Amino acid sequence: MSPVLSVRAVSKRYGELEALKNVSFDVDAGGLVAIIGPNGAGKTTLLSIIVGTQTPSAGSIELNVGEVGSRVGWAPQSPALYSKLSVAENLELFAHLEGLPDARAAVERMLDQTGLRERASERVGRLSGGNRQRVNVALGLIGDPPVLALDEPSAALDPAQRDRLWSFIAGLAEAGRTVVFSTHNVAEAQRNADRVIVLAEGEIVFDGTPSSLLAKGGEDDAGDLERALVSFLAQLSDSDALSR
Amino acid sequence: MRWMLRKDLLILGRSRLLIALLILYPVAIALLIGFAISRSPSQPRVAIVDETPPGETVRVGSQRVSVSQYAEALFSQVQPVKVPTREDAVARVKSGDVLAAVVIPPDISAKISSGTEQGELEVIYNGNALEQSLVQSEIGSALAQANLGFSAQIQHAAAQAIDLLLRGGDLGLLGAPGRLIGLREIPPLLHRVIANQRPGPERVKLERISSFAEFAAQNLDVSKDVLSTVGQPIRVHSTLLRGRRTPLDTFAVVVAVSVSLMFLCVLLAAGGLALEREEHALARLLRGLVSREALLAEKALLAAGCSFAVAFAMLAGVSAFVALDWGRAGLWVLALAFGSVAFGALGVAIGALAREVRAASLLAFLLTLPLVFLALVPAGAVSGGFYDVISAVSFVFPFKAALQALDAAVNGAAPSIGASLVHLAGLTLVFGALARVGLRRLD
Repeated sequence: MSPVLSVRAVSKRYGELEALKNVSFDVDAGGLVAIIGPNGAGKTTLLSIIVGTQTPSAGSIELNVGEVGSRVGWAPQSPALYSKLSVAENLELFAHLEGLPDARAAVERMLDQTGLRERASERVGRLSGGNRQRVNVALGLIGDPPVLALDEPSAALDPAQRDRLWSFIAGLAEAGRTVVFSTHNVAEAQRNADRVIVLAEGEIVFDGTPSSLLAKGGEDDAGDLERALVSFLAQLSDSDALSR
Repeated sequence: MRWMLRKDLLILGRSRLLIALLILYPVAIALLIGFAISRSPSQPRVAIVDETPPGETVRVGSQRVSVSQYAEALFSQVQPVKVPTREDAVARVKSGDVLAAVVIPPDISAKISSGTEQGELEVIYNGNALEQSLVQSEIGSALAQANLGFSAQIQHAAAQAIDLLLRGGDLGLLGAPGRLIGLREIPPLLHRVIANQRPGPERVKLERISSFAEFAAQNLDVSKDVLSTVGQPIRVHSTLLRGRRTPLDTFAVVVAVSVSLMFLCVLLAAGGLALEREEHALARLLRGLVSREALLAEKALLAAGCSFAVAFAMLAGVSAFVALDWGRAGLWVLALAFGSVAFGALGVAIGALAREVRAASLLAFLLTLPLVFLALVPAGAVSGGFYDVISAVSFVFPFKAALQALDAAVNGAAPSIGASLVHLAGLTLVFGALARVGLRRLD
């Protein structure tokens, strides 16, 4: 099976700072991939390059879907919504901007898919944080993209809202949508992702299943992925020190 | 762009405070300007205390000029409020009921009649430095006019006295006994006497006296013209070198409309673009959904359209108070359209620099307010070098060009509207390019 998304030798520099160093990976259709790592590792920069809001200093992103004009769906960390417009109006605006032939049908589809039909006419500014994030994700999905990128999707949500959001995202992946998300919450990655990419100082230091990361960190399958990640990063740090 | 425009109009329509401001602002400004222009007192309201005794006169030769004529001349230059005492006048100035008070002292006629002393008036005023300056200017002007009128009365009396000396007659008022001969009559009489004289020293003396009398009569006649020249040595004849003279009231309208156009347009354009950032939507839009150029054009045109409508409504509203030539309405539209688009471009340039609406609004306000003052500084009010700096600053921002375009459109003033429109079009391109560069910072 050919990958739906290919990240090819992507680097990003901000002056002297090298935020991403030669990052490459492929994602297959229906994958649920978590990008984790310490603060400043380059997670948001990598997602920004994948969705096209930043351009890489080197390398490329390939979307292998065979449809001209397709782009990665995107739900940024801070919901990018017009608070004075209703849920339906936000969806309709972006459906038109995406150039969808039947914007009204796309809005109806997204209202059903995200469970926001009852809130369709409510202004976004009056929604709860959880519902706002659902609208944010819905906007990322309105163009029916093959890949959806989510930047810290559960940040600022309470546990119940997080649970509902992850159920929704899991449903997307089950329906064949590829989802790439960044998160600080390693436990969420352990629960929801089928693949984990660990970034540290702009480099991929691990790419595999949550179970294999647990093993690398000295934990069993029922262990704590966060503890495993900390242990793994410490091992890397020690080996770097030894190699110097 | 259509969908972005529709979205922004929806958001604008839901911002009730902003809509109320957009409607009330032009109405309020139009009414304020209208009332200020149509009801402003053309003369300052001044309390006058006349302490001179009734019927007091100033003696000029054989003539007498009533002091009340001076007071009347002063009254014609101001809105007089007659008060009985100096204390009353001071109270009225303190309360703000009058701009100033003028006290005409009881000894003014004696001083003027003396011929060695000037009469003195007391002017009482109050207020801050600006008000003091206004009062000094207004009262100084009124007193100068009154002095001129009184001077003419005195000149007239003096001329009559000179006529009497030339023609002869009853000069009793000058202290002369009975009816005296006029200076003009002396030379012919002397000529006749000299003709009967034999040549000799006596005849020579008489001839010298005759020559003097002839010379004195001729020059005393000329002195009436000299008196007139001394009373008003310089008369002013005005010549306007460039364009039509713009009446002050319609220029005030043009300034008010231009200021409103600029503030509304710059604030709307800057705020509109900054709102996209504040709502975190800018990055989403610019990843291929909307081009940067289209986004900037949409924000600038929306702001330009709204402010154009408001400014045109202001002109229409003010025309109820001030006679504006509706035959030039096509030119108004041109000037407002070019001005609003240039202000829109300035607004999006500001909006591209700011990350939130409040910062954009503050920046827009801080930048545009001084532009108004700079554009209105007249040449000669500051040093030449500083005026060049002011002119350069005014040239690179659209306010002065918009003001000139609208003044040309409404009043036919110079420079021509074409030059101002070309200037505004150039500034639109420059600020549009700056805004485009500002949006690059997203990368």
